Amino acid sequence: MQQKISIQVPAFDVGEECAWLAAESQEVGGIVTFLGVVRDVNEGDRVGSLYLEHYPGMTEKQIAGIIEEAATRWELIAATVIHRIGQLAPGEQIVFVGVATRHRGDAFDACEYIIDFLKTRATFWKKERTPDGERWLETRETDLKTVDDWKQR
Amino acid sequence: MTQQTQGMIRVVFFASVREALGTTGVEQDAAGITTVTDLIGLLRDRSETWHETLGAENLLVAVNQTMVDPSQKIVAGDEVAFFPPVTGG
Repeated sequence: MQQKISIQVPAFDVGEECAWLAAESQEVGGIVTFLGVVRDVNEGDRVGSLYLEHYPGMTEKQIAGIIEEAATRWELIAATVIHRIGQLAPGEQIVFVGVATRHRGDAFDACEYIIDFLKTRATFWKKERTPDGERWLETRETDLKTVDDWKQR
Repeated sequence: MTQQTQGMIRVVFFASVREALGTTGVEQDAAGITTVTDLIGLLRDRSETWHETLGAENLLVAVNQTMVDPSQKIVAGDEVAFFPPVTGG
């Protein structure tokens, strides 16, 4: 399995990333992707901008571990995770997860698994900046329930 | 990365923990420290703010970039990170 992990400041090109996943092997039958973007509103308040912090070194290790877990559950040909850091405005890309497989079922499940576990495990922290002040976001209960549900799936 | 002094534990902080303590990290003498709990105890003695921040119920810990619980043993040369629950993705 080929994998590509990048923690970066600049925006990425979804088309280019899909092309990379498709080119990895002639066995690729399906590619499923997830794109996370900065929401304009959070808990009723307008979001000014988002600041993304991470733990250099640990974050990449964790993402690699999550991809490895997905690869033991489903047959993956290639996987890509790109996560941006730094200052982001509403509407901007935050994260990309792409998975290439022979059959689409594996791709849908693996892509969902990777983003679900990235959200509750990977060492990133989001800080919202609004005209009224700044606040660090808190882990959502729904995200914790989602990874818990994977034990049943 | 700065060179670590011999016999020291490198402690790093992230996000709201870093902001509350006003520092990205400190070096702590490993003498007398066996576990993360021991380290937390010593750090909390520094001030009321340190006491409160590092006593938070939802505080997470990693040793050498792997998540652990506070009973984890640590030695000089280790990197111990303290941070709040994560919010990536």
